[in-house]
Amino acid sequence: MDALMQFLLSGMTVGAVYALVALGFTIIYNASDVVNFAQGEFVMLGGMITVFAHAAGLPLPLAALIAIVLTALVGVALNKLAIEPARGAPVVSLIIITIGASIVIRGAAQLIFDKQLHRFPSFSGDEPIRLLGAAILPQSLWVVGGAFFIFIGLWVFFTKTLTGKAVLATANNRLAAQLVGINTGWVMTLSFSLSAAIGALAGVLVTPITLVAYDVGVGLALKGFAAAMLGGMGNPKGALVGGILLGLLEAMTAGYLSSQYKDAVAFIVILAVLFAMPQGIFGAKRTERV
Amino acid sequence: MTLLQVEGLGISFGGLRAVNDVGFSASAGEIVSVIGPNGAGKTTLFNMISGVYLPDRGRVMLDGQDVTRFEPHLLARMGMTRTFQNLQIFQDMTVLENVIVGFHLAERGHLLADLLALPGTKRRSAEVREKAMALLTRVRLDKAAEQVAGNLSYGALKRLEIVRALAMSPRVLLLDEPAAGCNAVETEEIDAFIAELAATGIGILLVEHDMKMVMRISNHIVVLDHGEKIAEGKPDEVSRNPEVISAYLGTVDAEQDEQDEEDEKEATHAVG
Amino acid sequence: MTFNSKWVQLAVLLALIAILPVFFPSGYYFRVGALIFVNALSVVGLVILIGYAGQISLGHAGFAGIGAYACALGPEALGLHPALAMLLGALVSAIMAALIGKPILRLKGYYLAVATLGFGILVSMVLTNERSLTRGPDGMEVAELGLRDFLKGVGLKLSSGEFWYLVCGLVLIVGVWIALNLFNSSTGRAMRALHGSEVAARTVGIDVAQVKLQAFVISAVYASVAGSLLSLQNRFITPDVAGFMHSIEMVTMAVLGGVNSVLGATLGAAILTLLPQVLTVFAEYEQLIMGLVMILVMIFLPRGLLPSIAAKLRGRGE
Repeated sequence: MDALMQFLLSGMTVGAVYALVALGFTIIYNASDVVNFAQGEFVMLGGMITVFAHAAGLPLPLAALIAIVLTALVGVALNKLAIEPARGAPVVSLIIITIGASIVIRGAAQLIFDKQLHRFPSFSGDEPIRLLGAAILPQSLWVVGGAFFIFIGLWVFFTKTLTGKAVLATANNRLAAQLVGINTGWVMTLSFSLSAAIGALAGVLVTPITLVAYDVGVGLALKGFAAAMLGGMGNPKGALVGGILLGLLEAMTAGYLSSQYKDAVAFIVILAVLFAMPQGIFGAKRTERV
Repeated sequence: MTLLQVEGLGISFGGLRAVNDVGFSASAGEIVSVIGPNGAGKTTLFNMISGVYLPDRGRVMLDGQDVTRFEPHLLARMGMTRTFQNLQIFQDMTVLENVIVGFHLAERGHLLADLLALPGTKRRSAEVREKAMALLTRVRLDKAAEQVAGNLSYGALKRLEIVRALAMSPRVLLLDEPAAGCNAVETEEIDAFIAELAATGIGILLVEHDMKMVMRISNHIVVLDHGEKIAEGKPDEVSRNPEVISAYLGTVDAEQDEQDEEDEKEATHAVG
Repeated sequence: MTFNSKWVQLAVLLALIAILPVFFPSGYYFRVGALIFVNALSVVGLVILIGYAGQISLGHAGFAGIGAYACALGPEALGLHPALAMLLGALVSAIMAALIGKPILRLKGYYLAVATLGFGILVSMVLTNERSLTRGPDGMEVAELGLRDFLKGVGLKLSSGEFWYLVCGLVLIVGVWIALNLFNSSTGRAMRALHGSEVAARTVGIDVAQVKLQAFVISAVYASVAGSLLSLQNRFITPDVAGFMHSIEMVTMAVLGGVNSVLGATLGAAILTLLPQVLTVFAEYEQLIMGLVMILVMIFLPRGLLPSIAAKLRGRGE
């Protein structure tokens, strides 16, 4: 029973990170119909930049802020330099472009930083908190709380602010959005920076627990995508639920089956979702017009 | 002899009944036209009959066999094929190759034979090539045979799509607006071509907006409005039917609106 | 592409393979050449999958891994001759591709990309974790093919580099010949047709699911044989052969040279295999350059180097 509780807690923690990556996918997918395979690199950048800024003597909160801002800029650059010039290209080309971008980012990170695993201190120390017979790191609470906070913030942004509604309108119908005077180019910029910033924040929150290296991005992207698919591609609520579910499944697998193969769970989930419910939990059915 | 029979066919999209309880039949050598205002559900009906959409209700019978919900490639094997309202051409292949693909069922052999270019495949390829050229000659596209299909004019592509469908020697052929976007001369040409095909015994199901053409070549007309069949019969019967007249006259203005709506939907699909 | 151009392309390739050694400054370049041929072989497989059939795979290194480890494990665990082990690897890859391809090829675009990516990661995960069998991330030794000794016995004395240059070159020519046969065959046209319009392909009777699966299985066999040749000539193999970066390398080579063109793909493989040999600093910048190549080619030369050059030469530029 205690073990189960322990697995649930650690599953919630990684699940929150997957949910944030899935949310990043969702924001860009809704704004541009592009699945950004470089999404995982944003998490890596968030962690790595914070590590090195902190090591250079900056206080942790400032280092984290710098990491988030810089990563958001990388997101904008990605859109301007790689995605926009290829607007209208076939999906296969866009896949290759965003994978290419992901390799560029991790290649650059390897050059600028290094190949080592890094971490920085937890925000509130490493003394485990006892909870219902299980131990939880304070940092885990930061991760779960942070994810929750971001979801609330985004919900407010998309439903209560004019800018958020403009993004939703663009996602719904780009042409119509342009016609009513929405600057859709700016909406794209906003979406990419927002998505990158969320990824970076996830990296900042989770690095003290999972550590970070230049090459963690691809795995995170795969898992974030699995989470987004599980929840239903394009649905923010789905991203949250899918992420947590995937995290729990992974933790259970690691706990009861094999810790070596816990990373296989994401792939199994992808296949299972495709078989059982291709639209995911919250996704809408789409019909192809001919 | 009834070749194609459609009974009570219906489909809904998100609670909206796009097509409801439509039935009719077509015999060998007959041209049956489906007409109706824009958005009446003609293309949706075609998509269900040809297996592109899965109908929620009703049956499609081909030669007495229930083929409802069969996949398009199985229907093709049973002798039913179609063309598309918005051209579906293999853009990067040559004009000739487009037609040769139409011969796929006749040409295909064992995969290993294809990989190793065994003599049998070469012989079949040569035969098919010749037949494909003959088809292209029939629609005056033989000179363009080696061109990449994407470079052809719209009218030429329309004809190419029809001969590609003909390549598989269909018994039932569904033509979705074969003359759309063609000028008067081309329309007349396609018109005559369709009549010629019917004369060889192919059952033809036609969606067309050009009423003159429809009235001239159809044996039987089915009228749809808002997804329902409102009338059917011989061309002169249908053209005198008050309900049909009101559906058309009543929607002279509405038709333009619906056209806009459809364009917009298309745009939505392209973006979202 | 006419019937004749098949023989023209084969002749060009054969001539290049035969003539290039004249310019080799040292025996080392036979090794580089053999490596180019191996990479080109797996890329030709991707041309069939991506270029002909329009389906993406980001996990084909998984099949290279299966082929490579078949040659390492077959002789050791089953006592097979390495050449037989290579065939066994190809068979296992084909079966795996058929099993895995059946569900995932129903997917399109992004979903297919992720599913194949996941498959590749899964294979490299197994190769890394099953230490009792594969010795884990440190890799394992591979048995000697033995053919070179046999040739020595009949009076043909070749250095190891020369031997592998010859073997890999020959296998590449066979691979290219098969790919070109396929291009102009009924199955190949069906692949290209479904690439152009899936719905139209279905209405002329093409079983789209089956044809996609055929492309997937064929390309898997190419990758597997390439993996086997790699492990046999290096006499050593690590799980990296199945890794994500290797999959990406393959796709980049294909895209760079021209994903619709068999010869183009070979050119792409040659360029990206040579670069690290010529520029020693490349190793450090490898990922950066590879990623940039992917982005820039897709934006500026979407059809790849060779087709773009060919179009320019014919006077109707892009």
